[in-house]
Amino acid sequence: MHADTTVTSKKAAALAAFEGIASEPGVPKPDPILVIEKVVRRFGGLTAVDVDHVEVQRGSITALIGPNGAGKTTFFNQLTGFDTADEGSWTFNGKPLRGVPAHRVARNGMVRTFQLTKALSKLTVMENMRLGAQNQRGENFFRALIPSSWRGQEDEITERAEELLERFKLAAKRDDFAGSLSGGQRKLLEMARALMVGPELVMLDEPMAGVNPALTQSLLGHVKDLREEGMTVLFVEHDMDMVRDISDWVIVMAQGAVIAEGPPDTIMSDNRVIDAYLGAHHDAPMSAEEAEEQLQEAEAELEAEIEEKA
Amino acid sequence: MDWNTIFVTTVKASIGLETVVYALAAIGVNIQFGYAGLLNFGQAAFLGVAAYGLAVIVSTFGLSFWLGIVVGLAATVVLAFLLGIPTLRLRADYLAIVTIAAAEIVRLVFRSVAFKDVFGGSDGRQNFSGDFYAMNPYAPGSYGIGPIKFDERTTWVLTVGWILIALSCVLVYLLMKSPWGRVLKAIREDEDAVRSLGKNVFSYKMQALVLGGVIGCLGGFIFGLGQASIQPDLFGTEFTFYAYTIVILGGAARVFSPVVGAAIFWVLLVFVGNTLSEAVGAGVFGSAITVTQVGSVRFILVGLGLMLLLIFRPQGIFGDKREIALDAR
Repeated sequence: MHADTTVTSKKAAALAAFEGIASEPGVPKPDPILVIEKVVRRFGGLTAVDVDHVEVQRGSITALIGPNGAGKTTFFNQLTGFDTADEGSWTFNGKPLRGVPAHRVARNGMVRTFQLTKALSKLTVMENMRLGAQNQRGENFFRALIPSSWRGQEDEITERAEELLERFKLAAKRDDFAGSLSGGQRKLLEMARALMVGPELVMLDEPMAGVNPALTQSLLGHVKDLREEGMTVLFVEHDMDMVRDISDWVIVMAQGAVIAEGPPDTIMSDNRVIDAYLGAHHDAPMSAEEAEEQLQEAEAELEAEIEEKA
Repeated sequence: MDWNTIFVTTVKASIGLETVVYALAAIGVNIQFGYAGLLNFGQAAFLGVAAYGLAVIVSTFGLSFWLGIVVGLAATVVLAFLLGIPTLRLRADYLAIVTIAAAEIVRLVFRSVAFKDVFGGSDGRQNFSGDFYAMNPYAPGSYGIGPIKFDERTTWVLTVGWILIALSCVLVYLLMKSPWGRVLKAIREDEDAVRSLGKNVFSYKMQALVLGGVIGCLGGFIFGLGQASIQPDLFGTEFTFYAYTIVILGGAARVFSPVVGAAIFWVLLVFVGNTLSEAVGAGVFGSAITVTQVGSVRFILVGLGLMLLLIFRPQGIFGDKREIALDAR
């Protein structure tokens, strides 16, 4: 089938780009869309994010993983302009983005979703979708008063929104309030709405959180589709099966810093990653020699005490 | 009891000066709070600076009526920017705090002794409505249907007032049907989501604050002109809270709700007030309520009515019950 060949070719292209790249934090990529240099964010005494250097390869699906509190979402917020970094710089398509407000970041083609879905409850699903479209003439106060000036564009937007809703299986919900959707449907709507912006880089903050397992496969399919359409995806996720299934490259954060990078099938066995998740001094089973040693120490102490008393 | 008087005053209240003034103020609040989710608790100040702008230009400085209108409008816009620039980037609560404080500051400045020469202290300003009534096309006499009649001055003010209300409603209708209104409603739901979709949230909130203030300030002009005088205490915080009551009574984020809400609010107040004073006069309550207590008791009864309304119809008169149900999820 034609669809299958394109799927494999896009995935193959992404994988080929990562061929022979060392699994080191901050390793350079052949064609990075996003380059991050020394981004630091402190909250009082706590350094939440301290990322030295990271690049995100264009046309790939890159996963950002890490234990709870690793600073993944804070890092997302810095990159998308929802929070201001204390130090550092980053470029998107070569354009510096530090200090650029969130709405301009989105207009540049870097669109994010949220960990807790932000469906606009009292707007219908269709209105949610239309809102995503850019450069709407009717969003200007004065032109809004002359419906004929924006009707045509509104029809085009609606058509595009209908196609996306069809693809995300939300077409039947078109005129329902977004607040009446289930958690999984809201995730779908949020992703579809982000696509209305026409992004080059889609940043998904925990796309699978709170989604019922039946919807997971379809969501995974949609994320893969983004790559097929030439978009780059960077996502935060806890679900390791999902990470292994769809990502081409994995970046691991712990305590605010990037500690490892690599392909998904080898990164999980990386010692730095295991240490980050389980702690560096985790309890290994005691060996026979260690047990013997401890026993002798205890006996020596006892004997010393007896001698003192005598 | 004189039921005829009660009936006539009640019907007059439904289209009277208070209804017009509060409807315009509430249309402004509806844009800010109902559509954009901005908690502007200083709507009274917007009406105040407009009315004082007009009154001071005409009566203190002896300049023309139209210049007064322009100054009033400009003062409203300046006030909106002053309040909006520092607070609209912050969370919603800050705007509420700043606006309620600013409204009191504005009122206290108007009634201060230091500025008595300009604003007239607690007596306010008079003698600024001459030019307005000179434009009155109605010949002296009374106008109306049957016993419900207004004199030519009131008729003229009400005509202008209801034209302004109609224009404001058309404006709100057109705006809220448009993509501009969609952005506003989306901001009410979740600002960050709107930001992530490439919209300049700050700019839209500012536009909503200015627009709501300007429509409210028309009510300030009508208030001053209708009474031919203004006092600072007309623009106290309770004015703003009545405007909010009216919006919620009608149902937030509906085009006609502030207008119908204002009419119902004043009809209720006048009807309950007049019925009570007639009843007290006729000795219905014996010595339980005196004439001087009627004013307070009517607010108690109207407040009770509003509470019942919110319990049994929380979406207001025009609201959509499905929307309220979403909040409970």
